[in-house]
Amino acid sequence: MPTDIEMKNPDGIASSIPAEKIKEEMLKAYPAKTAKKRGKQILSNDPDTLPEVGANSRTVPGIMTQRGCTYAGCRGVVIGPIHDILHITHGPIGCGYYSWMTRRNLVRPEPGATNYLQYCMSTDMTEEQIVFGGEKKLKQAIQEAYDIFKPKAITIYATCPVGLIGDDVHAVAREMKETLGINVFAFSCEGYKGVSQSAGHHIANNGVFKHMVGLDNTPSEHPFTINMLGEYNIGGDAWEIDAVLKNCGIHVTATLSGDVKYDDICRAHNSALNVVMCHRSINYMAEMMEKKFGIPWFKVNFIGADATAKSMRKIAKYFENPALIARTEEVIAMEMAKLRPIRDAVKARCQGKKVALFVGGSRAHHYQELFRDIGMEVISAGYEFAHRDDYEGRRVLPNLKVDADSRNIEELTVEADPERFNPRKTEEMRRSLEESGFCFSDYTGMMADMRKGALIIDDISHHEMEKLIELTKPDIICSGIKDKFIIEKMGIPCKQLHSYDYGGPYASFSGAINFYQEVDRMLHTKIWKFVVPPWQKDPRLKARPTIAQKEKAPKKEEPQSFKRPAASGQAGE
Amino acid sequence: MNTVLEQEEEKEMKHCTATRNACKLCTPLGACLAFRGVEGCIPFLHGSQGCATYIRRYLISHFREPMDVASSNFHEESAIFGGGKNLKAGLANVSAQYEPEMIGLATTCLAETIGENVPLILKEYRDNCAVEDAPPIVSVSTPSYRGTHMDGFHETVRALVGHFAESGRRQERVAIFPGMVSAEDLRHLKEICREFGLPATLLPDYSETMDGETWDSYQKMPSGGTPIHEIVGLGSVRMSIEFGRSLVGRDSAGAFLEKQFQVPRRLLGLPIGIRETDRFMEVLETATGRCKPAALRQQRGRLVDALIDGHKYVFGKRAIVCGDADLATGLAAFLSETGIFPVLCATGERRVGWEKQVREAAPDLPPESQVCDRLDFAEIEERAEELKPDIVIGSSKGYRLARKMGVPLIRVGFPIHDRIGGQRVLHLGYAGAQQLYDRTVNALMEKKQTDSTVGYSYL
Ligand code: SF4
Ligand code: SF4
Repeated sequence: MPTDIEMKNPDGIASSIPAEKIKEEMLKAYPAKTAKKRGKQILSNDPDTLPEVGANSRTVPGIMTQRGCTYAGCRGVVIGPIHDILHITHGPIGCGYYSWMTRRNLVRPEPGATNYLQYCMSTDMTEEQIVFGGEKKLKQAIQEAYDIFKPKAITIYATCPVGLIGDDVHAVAREMKETLGINVFAFSCEGYKGVSQSAGHHIANNGVFKHMVGLDNTPSEHPFTINMLGEYNIGGDAWEIDAVLKNCGIHVTATLSGDVKYDDICRAHNSALNVVMCHRSINYMAEMMEKKFGIPWFKVNFIGADATAKSMRKIAKYFENPALIARTEEVIAMEMAKLRPIRDAVKARCQGKKVALFVGGSRAHHYQELFRDIGMEVISAGYEFAHRDDYEGRRVLPNLKVDADSRNIEELTVEADPERFNPRKTEEMRRSLEESGFCFSDYTGMMADMRKGALIIDDISHHEMEKLIELTKPDIICSGIKDKFIIEKMGIPCKQLHSYDYGGPYASFSGAINFYQEVDRMLHTKIWKFVVPPWQKDPRLKARPTIAQKEKAPKKEEPQSFKRPAASGQAGE
Repeated sequence: MNTVLEQEEEKEMKHCTATRNACKLCTPLGACLAFRGVEGCIPFLHGSQGCATYIRRYLISHFREPMDVASSNFHEESAIFGGGKNLKAGLANVSAQYEPEMIGLATTCLAETIGENVPLILKEYRDNCAVEDAPPIVSVSTPSYRGTHMDGFHETVRALVGHFAESGRRQERVAIFPGMVSAEDLRHLKEICREFGLPATLLPDYSETMDGETWDSYQKMPSGGTPIHEIVGLGSVRMSIEFGRSLVGRDSAGAFLEKQFQVPRRLLGLPIGIRETDRFMEVLETATGRCKPAALRQQRGRLVDALIDGHKYVFGKRAIVCGDADLATGLAAFLSETGIFPVLCATGERRVGWEKQVREAAPDLPPESQVCDRLDFAEIEERAEELKPDIVIGSSKGYRLARKMGVPLIRVGFPIHDRIGGQRVLHLGYAGAQQLYDRTVNALMEKKQTDSTVGYSYL
């Protein structure tokens, strides 16, 4: 079957323009101060020296960002997926409405079990409450929620205006907890509290840790129990991971937070191990559970076939049980036998194509594995709301400057639980595992895994995205819905990695197969033939001139061979 | 502020304090969409970035088009001490990056709660403006605790007209304020005016900006939208046509033009269905002195013919209609023309006197039809248990209700985020009624076919 790899300049334009030059082009359109600030968030990667990224800094007003707010990170991401808690948004209607089933964190409650995720309760504040306070209405709403649903727990989320009018959501929660005799707790996750949704993750971790984890000491009957932290079951990812682990004999007590029940989380501290998928959103929880209960944690990644196999081996090895290790190898071998021919076929068509990923706080790293599996090259990547440790690794943590926004967020003081602290591994066992290559409590970050000279862009703006496309013409871009349609209007396929474009799962082996095939179809579908992308025309003739374009020297004629890939007969839909 | 009477009324109406599954969106969303319908305009929200992000995401998932909304990115200290500094920096940044022809500034609840003095900040900004040829800034106050997306939309149109319109020599042109309709609706309205040979300015017009082509050139700003010079000219148009019965007595764009520039205003219901569209046609006929062009006459004729063809499948069917008040009014008018029985017309908006408006538009609406504002989907679901609808007509948010009742959902209005083409749903005119009708009848037929054990293949 003919492929179109040869139609592309083998080096691609991408590698012919150095990262520094692209950065310069991007910054041209900004006023000096903005350019200086953005300059710290755009850099050329060096996996050995790991240059400093100006991550987790405020987005400059007026720069189009993908970032959301603290409330979104708390209500929407970390706690939202717990499906038998009743969530109440305290605020005007929009904040609650917009977080109503907008993430694809799927649930599959057992028949007859409670699922409140389809409910979006809001106090829907009106002027009266803004002026005179909303605590009374909030109390009433909680009472009614209890009367109607009799849930196990009710949570309350404060939005921006609430913080300002001074409603004490925690006092209301305490009072109602007393009155109703169920668990009621609140989050001060007003949107303005942090630079992005990341602040909300931290606030949510604190709340879940304080009010849920540790409530139920019933031990598990399973011999090998773990918690999967930072996995949100978008498109059913957690189900794939659960299934493959179960096949090995490993039981997931709680997935924080994807298709998970209140009781699972209350029991999570009985597990033998915490593994962390999304380091950004949940590392706080891993750290706190280790301190209080003695549960070790390490980083895993179930996105990508090789990465999945590696993570499974790591978990099996942790339990130091030969039968478990052997069974895990068996499962891996079985899954890989199924996967390999498909991967090879896709790889033959996709090898050498270029990808750029701008998403989340871990996905931009994790998904590089999947593209690597099929021979594609990552030319640029960046997170939307990550911190320096997610780029450069946790080694930067001791010297990290705490800025005003992070200082806003409570750091819980956690001590070993006098009764329940139980180090799962003795110092000696830990050491011997570490000597055999184990890395506890660590994440080495995205940049160490990327090639030298790749472009790192933190919190990419619309303008920078357009420049990147203009200058590097990636074959596919992974991003979110706010960029998707700009990217596709320029004739470049865009995979949404927040919501998976209604697809998924992509985790574990079966998910990987799914992803390879989807990327293959996206790249080779025939529709791209109908799109004349801007770079096939002289951009100066048609475009409304931008500042950067006005200053730009006339563009060199591009090689005739550089076209959008035509469809290869087979792979189209 | 609600009057005591209204509060009393509220207590009676709502048996639940909280809103469960709202049937309304927040005010700045409407503002952003309206601003997007002006050529070269970039919407800008004064407040925290989360609102802008959420609103973009919602508009994008309906229109499947890029949608930029800038924000002044409030943080803790801006929330306490005011966001003037952020706003000025943001305006400068947006101007430099996008070179917009204007900036549409709307406030979020946060900015309103702290009582930001936006006009003052804007004056300071203009006085020491760093950017040359700074684009005009139109600002509108849109707290969500005081309205819905529909209020935000109308107030923005009003603000645009208030900012730009100037008096001048009377023109042939008319102004049309269509309200929050689909991109396809806007295109159809323009087509109707073309048929009549009547020059018209639609405000806003996002038919292109929110439903555009692929790009063969880089575009900082999508092409299309009402040109600003046409908004300036609205002070001298010969008449304004404003859709939305709920605008009666309100300070709308049309009312402003009438008061300020003596532009005669015709306030009509959204032209959905035969009679509401006839009323619109009459206005155009009077304005142009022409009778209805053949193409439109034929559309009407075909519609009536289709209603006859389909009546046996639909008469007596029970429908729940939910959505924006004016849309629901139009749909109720249309459905009752077809023989379908709208058992409940519901909106999440607060609209005093709404039932009266609905009954004016749909005089043959049976007295037992419930018409109710300030409902949420939880309450609609509760009522549905008794009302036993055969069909639900509303946005994607009606899916849960339809699924629970086991009946089809005809997706109309906004938001439609579980189907493609929400921006191309045609509601207005005879052609719009035709499409709505075909979809409704077919959905009922499909339901009958699927549910039947006989396996009818010929219905
Ligand atoms: S604060 Fe107001 S403007 Fe912002 S999302 Fe919430 S309701 Fe909408
Ligand atoms: S008001 Fe605050 S909490 Fe609500 S969406 Fe906006 S930024 Fe987020």
